[in-house]
Amino acid sequence: MLKLEPRAQPSKLMALASPVLALVLTALLAALMFAALGKDPVRGLGVFFFEPLNGLRQVTEVLLKATPLVVIALGLSVCYRANVWNIGAEGQFLLGAVAGGGMALWLTTHGIILPKVVAVPLVLVAGVLGGMVWAGLVALLRDKFNASEILVSLMLVYVAQQFVNYLVFGPWKDPAGFNFPQTKSFDASTLLPMLVPGTRLNIGLVVAAVAVVAVWLFMFRSYRGFSLQVGGLAPAAARYAGFSARGSLWLALLISGGFAGLAGALEAAGPLRQLTPHISTGLGFTAIIVCFVGRLNPLGIVLAGILLSMMIIGGELGQSRLGLPNALTGVFQGLLLVLLLACDTLINYRLRWGSALAVRTGAS
Amino acid sequence: MPATDPEHRAAVSVPRLALQGISKQYPAVRANDRVSLQVMPGQIHAVLGENGAGKSTLMKIIYGSVRPDEGRMLWDGQEVQVRNPQEARALGISMVFQHFSLFDTLSAAENVWLGLDKSLKLPAITQRIVQVSQTYGLEVDPLRPVHTLSVGERQRVEIVRALLTHPRLLILDEPTSVLTPQAVQKLFVTLRQLAADGCSILYISHKLDEIRDLCQHCTVLRGGKVTGEIDPRQASNADLSRLMIGSEPPPLQHHQRQPGATVLAVQGLSVAQADPFGTTLKDIAFEVRAGEIVGVAGVSGNGQQELMAALSGEDPRAPAGAVRLFGQDIGRHDPRARRAAGLHFVPEERLGRGAVPPMSLAQNTLLTRTESVGRGGWLKPGAVALLAAGLISRFDVRCGGTGAAAKSLSGGNLQKFIVGREIDAAPKLLIVSQPTWGVDVGAAALIRGELLKLRDAGCALLVVSEELDELFEICDRLVVIAQGRLSPSIATSAANTELIGEWMSGLWDRSNAKTVEAGIPARPNPTPATLVPGAPHAQA
Repeated sequence: MLKLEPRAQPSKLMALASPVLALVLTALLAALMFAALGKDPVRGLGVFFFEPLNGLRQVTEVLLKATPLVVIALGLSVCYRANVWNIGAEGQFLLGAVAGGGMALWLTTHGIILPKVVAVPLVLVAGVLGGMVWAGLVALLRDKFNASEILVSLMLVYVAQQFVNYLVFGPWKDPAGFNFPQTKSFDASTLLPMLVPGTRLNIGLVVAAVAVVAVWLFMFRSYRGFSLQVGGLAPAAARYAGFSARGSLWLALLISGGFAGLAGALEAAGPLRQLTPHISTGLGFTAIIVCFVGRLNPLGIVLAGILLSMMIIGGELGQSRLGLPNALTGVFQGLLLVLLLACDTLINYRLRWGSALAVRTGAS
Repeated sequence: MPATDPEHRAAVSVPRLALQGISKQYPAVRANDRVSLQVMPGQIHAVLGENGAGKSTLMKIIYGSVRPDEGRMLWDGQEVQVRNPQEARALGISMVFQHFSLFDTLSAAENVWLGLDKSLKLPAITQRIVQVSQTYGLEVDPLRPVHTLSVGERQRVEIVRALLTHPRLLILDEPTSVLTPQAVQKLFVTLRQLAADGCSILYISHKLDEIRDLCQHCTVLRGGKVTGEIDPRQASNADLSRLMIGSEPPPLQHHQRQPGATVLAVQGLSVAQADPFGTTLKDIAFEVRAGEIVGVAGVSGNGQQELMAALSGEDPRAPAGAVRLFGQDIGRHDPRARRAAGLHFVPEERLGRGAVPPMSLAQNTLLTRTESVGRGGWLKPGAVALLAAGLISRFDVRCGGTGAAAKSLSGGNLQKFIVGREIDAAPKLLIVSQPTWGVDVGAAALIRGELLKLRDAGCALLVVSEELDELFEICDRLVVIAQGRLSPSIATSAANTELIGEWMSGLWDRSNAKTVEAGIPARPNPTPATLVPGAPHAQA
């Protein structure tokens, strides 16, 4: 009989191999699902995993989609390492888009034309602050009333979405927009500069790269980052060391809210160029998967962000080329996360055939 | 086998329990290596060994909660397979665990009822509890909620629960670690009576004196193997510890020394309990001077945890002026500020409090040491590793290097690392809780030696321990904590076990009292009057 046996030491190999194994298993199940839907599995996998990398345009689209995922996931990794369960990055992302987009809209409607080096940072900073305010609400409720940050942050996502709807259906609606629920297009001076001519890839990618380095330095080279992680791994040890649990709660939420807000502003002033009710396609939730597939590690998050971005774009291609339902992307993302968690068992356990009597080392 | 032959049975006494060649391999360690052991009917049989010698694994195998890899178990001469604790209880094996498994909010009778056949009614159980407790002198009020019971009383509930199943073999795992010396004597009376009635007893301990006092036979384990089978009454402590640890622990060098200026002065320290099952500290006063070790004795759960938290800064609710370090009021400082003032603390929990389990030893230095934090709060990885490497070599920490995770170390080695980390910080006051709890004898000797060296270097030390022997060995003065109150201090040379035991019952105001409560309330009693001998719940 197959049984699980605890390992003496967690396996370093399995810690790295587990995401790969989960990806392979996801691909296998995906192939089965394509077959069940009456599509050619090889072609289906090709559309999801190879087409998105086929050609410059596709690659830049993958990177464009990966940028907000990576930025949000970086902030979330800090939060999760501090054992603060912010699952409302989606809401903080929306508020970042509202604040950043609002700044761009204000400059546009008031006819204030600033140089890009001034206008774009203004937009991005506004986005960061918007996300921080939304996450700060979570911290406040947790700190003052001990309300579960899991529930509060999730609920605030829906509040944020309704807030966006109110703005674009109401006060911020473009008067010349034929009554569509959307704002004016932002002035060109407030939009992110392009990185690769002829594509939609913008300097958001550079911002994300800087964020990766910054988060890595904060987590692994700063005393404050160390104390956050201690609070997450062993609260009693943090108390013993004298690290403030309240301080960690606030810092973790403000960092993750700020990053999610930054991602929102990058989207608003990047590919969207205006605010609509459909700012997000669930990026804040997908980023949670990115975060865990990337092992809460900045470099892992980059790889996982690109992978999940490929799956999103593959899902869109699957709709247009194979007539597959859009929900398939969500199914694959869910499968990947569940399989990853299952494969992680192998880090601390090994599989073994047979009964306990098989263990007879050094008996003589 | 002659013993199983029916014709021999009448003539030859058949062991109640016989283990033959029991082995159990865990991934990292061989917990039992061909262990054999025989317990006769009515025998009190000791299993002696250090922490990690394999005692607990062996008992779990007998009780069916762990399956052995090899070996046979014979019960009344018949080979049996005990697959789970239910089967063990069906055979007549009962176990009293070191850590009690009682529900605080239920009454004693309800707790006992939970573990028994559901066809019995609660009033019937209550009646049985009264009978059994009268027969064996185990006084237990079946109707009292468990959270109002003292630790000693809780243990009695556990024993009564075990006895209601009419055991033919009773296993006790370190039963005296929570009892005062007087309560230990009462427990022994009960156990002798049980044995006289034919119940076999397996008594697990690492305390040599107790085993010599109680047991007729002793199996010694070391590193999972049986290293000796002797009659403890005819063996010396040196014989027993040679079998247990392979050598005799080196004697400590303890000289009298003239203490210096007052370092820590505690006055009027009262702190309300932080949770419903905690202890309220009441008007605690004592001082610790440079170059002396003050020991805090007491049964666990009498306020030691709370006192430590109030002194370390983990609980900064002390009244103004109650905790002074070199005259400066530090009662409301956080642990980092206290550390900066020279107060270092070693908590009793190593994993999860004194060290972060999955983090490396190098990272764990950062919990209390900030030398390797540079300007702007940036870490200097080289300096962090260097500090850890220094601690590892200076305090002989056996580990896989500075990158080894704290949880990969044995208890003794991790304790050497944590104690070393604090000693190496050159503290002016070092507070240590349970310095050698769960630590092997070699590491314990090293740690005690280091504490004495630190004292001789002029540091003030406060040591909390449940091991009276340890306190007598290293301390210059002793205080006793009971129900959140602290006794006056007494020079170690003027104290003895009986007196300290009496004080552990909270009776330092009337040291002449003849009768003392056997178990100490884990929670404060409503008034000290309930401690008066003869008052309700106070008699043992």
